[in-house]
Formats: sequence, C-alpha cells, structure tokens
Amino acid sequence: MTSKTVLHAKHLEAGAKMVDFHGWEMPINYGSQIEEHHAVRQDAGMFDVSHMTIVDVKGADAQAFLRKLVANDVAKLTVPGKALYTGMLNEQGGVIDDLIIYFFTETEYRLVVNSATREKDLAHIGTVAADFEVTVTERPEYAMIAVQGPNAKEKTATILSAEQQAAVEGMKPFFGAQAGNLFIATTGYTGEAGYEIVVHNDDAEALWQQLLDAGVRPAGLGARDTLRLEAGMNLYGSDMDETVSPLAANMAWTIAWEPEDRDFIGRKVVEQQRADKSTDKLVGLVLESKGVLRGGSKVIVEGGEGVITSGTFSPTLGFSVALARVPRSTGETAQVEMRKKLVDVKVVKPCFVRNGKSVI
Amino acid sequence: MSNIPSELKYASSHEWVRAEGDGVFTVGITEHAQELLGDMVFVDLPDVDDEVDAGEDCAVAESVKAASDIYAPITGTIVEINEELEDSPESVNNDPYGDGWLFKVKASDESELANLLDAEGYKNSIDED
Repeated sequence: MTSKTVLHAKHLEAGAKMVDFHGWEMPINYGSQIEEHHAVRQDAGMFDVSHMTIVDVKGADAQAFLRKLVANDVAKLTVPGKALYTGMLNEQGGVIDDLIIYFFTETEYRLVVNSATREKDLAHIGTVAADFEVTVTERPEYAMIAVQGPNAKEKTATILSAEQQAAVEGMKPFFGAQAGNLFIATTGYTGEAGYEIVVHNDDAEALWQQLLDAGVRPAGLGARDTLRLEAGMNLYGSDMDETVSPLAANMAWTIAWEPEDRDFIGRKVVEQQRADKSTDKLVGLVLESKGVLRGGSKVIVEGGEGVITSGTFSPTLGFSVALARVPRSTGETAQVEMRKKLVDVKVVKPCFVRNGKSVI
Repeated sequence: MSNIPSELKYASSHEWVRAEGDGVFTVGITEHAQELLGDMVFVDLPDVDDEVDAGEDCAVAESVKAASDIYAPITGTIVEINEELEDSPESVNNDPYGDGWLFKVKASDESELANLLDAEGYKNSIDED
C-alpha cells in the first residue's frame, strides 16, 4: 500500500507519470524531465516534497539534545529562522540521515529529514531524546512545495499577501520564517534560488494551483535528481548511508569539531578517521564524450578503485557527470567501466552547476 | 495506451519496421519503448555499410534512465542512419515513428519479415509485460 501526498490529484491533473518512491506514489515527470530541468534552471519550477518528514523539537533541553544528535553544532545558530545542514551519525560514524535544522529559539527547532529513512530516523531521534527534556513531534498535517529557479521568488511573490511578502523580503539564503499560514524557507535542492514552503494539508492544493497560475512549472523527481546532482548535493542512500563516513561523502563541512568537548554521536570514530586520513573522498566525474555515467559503476584510479555513487546526463552541460567515492590519492583523471569498456573521465570538485552556470 | 500503427511490423524487443520498397526497411523504436526509457540523451547508431544479423545488438539508446540495446529486426546491410539524432535525440521521444527513426537496412532475406509481429501481436506482447 503506497502513501499519497495531498497533491496527488494535482499531479494527475498535470499529466504526471507516477512511480513508487520508497512507498510514496510520486510524480517522476509530467512529460519531459529534461524540459522540467531547464524550467528550473532558466525560470521557475515546483516540486511536491510533502513526502519529506517534518519534526518539531521543543523543550528546555532542545539545544543540548541536538548538539548530541547531529554532527554540526546548533549552538552556531543565533538568528531566529537560520537553518543548518548536517548529518545524524551512528556510533560507528556512519550517516543515519542528512537533514536541515531550523532554529527558532534555544528551546524550539524544526527538523526536515528524508522520507525514505522516516522510520529509522524517528526511532533514533526518539531513543536519543529519552535522555533529554524535549518533546519530538512529527508534523504529518503539513505538505511542502519547493519553488526553485531564477524567477521562483518573483513568481511566488505574486501570490503572497503583503504581510507574507514583508516576512520574506530580503531573506538571506538558508533561512526560514513563518509568514501567515505558510512557513517559507530559502532552502532547496537544486542549486538555484527559491523557496521551500511548508503549508497545511488543507491549503496545499490551493497553493499549488496559485503557483501554477503564476507560471511556475511542475517538475518531478527525475528533474529533482538531475538538478541536485549538477549542484553536487548528496542523495541519501546513494552518495552516503550508514556504512559511509561523512568524510567520504563531502560532508566534512557539516561537522563542527569545535568546541572539542561537544560529544556528538559518532564523534570518536570520525575524529580518528580525520586524524588518520583513512577514508575515501567524494569527487565529481565529467565525461565530455558520448555516454552516461551511472551509479554503481566501477571507477579505476591510479593505485586503486572506487565507485560511482550517482551519475546522470547533465541537461545544463550537455554531457554526463557523476559523484564518485574514490581513494584519497585520486588525481585529475580516472577511468570508468561503461558497458564493458573503460572510458576516460576528468576528476573535478563535486559540484557542477550553480545558479544556472557551469562551475567545472 | 500508446500508439501502435497498424501498417508497421514489430519485434518483441520494441523495434518497429517499415517497408520502403526495393527491400529497404526503416527501423525505429516504438512509442511504448520510448515511454519506458524516458527522455533520450544519446543515440549510438551503426555505421552505413555495416552488416547486421537479425537479433544482433547494433545500436544503443541512452536515456536519462538507462542505456538500452537496440536489436536489428532483420538481417542485411545498413544503408542510411538518422544523423539528425546526433543533435536532437529527443525526436525519438517526440516522434518515434517519424523523425525519430534510427536506421535503414537493406534486407538480405525478406522472408525474415514473417518472423516479426503485426500491430495486434505487438500489442499483446506488451500487455503481457
């Protein structure tokens, strides 16, 4: 039995091809995933991300709890609405999930975690929370729409009330604010400007329709994947999981090592890995000739081998790019096993496109 | 339900075949196949003058989702390939029976056509999938 978001009927109305995505019936595309990709890079597109799990954390120990739970340090958050990207690690230093945490006060935070990992995340959060004075509340009564692209903010502004516009006016990247009935955040998973909007289930269809009428184009999970990969953003389950260190997944920047006495879960292991330089690293691969790099393919480098964690055709660049976990010693070139042949690829930083432009 | 023109012949591996006269046959992939594959990004075609055997993989359709072999539906010689696909592989999605054709083959034995499916037979084969 698959779950459906409250926008299910709107997807069918828009001609979506629906697929089972970890137990959710979600739109993979509305005709052409490449056209949807370009709409987000060049104009404005929207994604139903209501399947994602919103969890509110409140209580006297909320800050102390999150400083234990995640590898980044929520004590860095002092401005209400500021968001933080981080990983939730296990004791072995593997990644249980990646998530965004919004700060409201030191006793009130909002977490957004992945849908595919919902059950284990909630179980883990619940276990850790037992030692703290906090309440953890899942918020399934909310849907979420991500509006992304160079014209996303402008088009969204046309459907906001004056009060809502004032609330988001000039909001910096990676912030969120309650604006009337909407929680509007300048976050996303595409490498473009835009909003992620949390809306009550009862109001979600109307908001979707208003955005549609404002010229925002629906985009499916297919485009979401090519956009995030171009932007070099990890996909949980592909680019990292419980067996992968954040240091091998380009997530070192999401770990706060200072202060040294903050004992977040997994710290001992990743600290040792950091000192020993013992993990692989995540890099970008570029194939400028024909063909598409695919997840799971073997990557051969001088003195070792690695694996493609995510690969795709990049509609913005016109050739294929991939994320790969490879030995630390990897230089500027590698070979990938593609359809029984070895193909030369360039090794670059794991980020390919930002704000519509190539950054390779 | 996808479009399956009644005047064409089909292979169960989702290629269509159109008789052009003089023993020459145009080959493409069906609307159903392009729907399964999603947006096409590269099409790797055989070379003109290549000899192909019925059932031999002779081209690759690479979509956002997967790389998929395309099989020669009949034995013969490649006499023309659709060079337009180099720049516009999306024709395979937008017009699979027209601008999205892949290659033309001069049959060495036209009796092989009898081994292919008609529209009804192809429809039944994809209903079983």
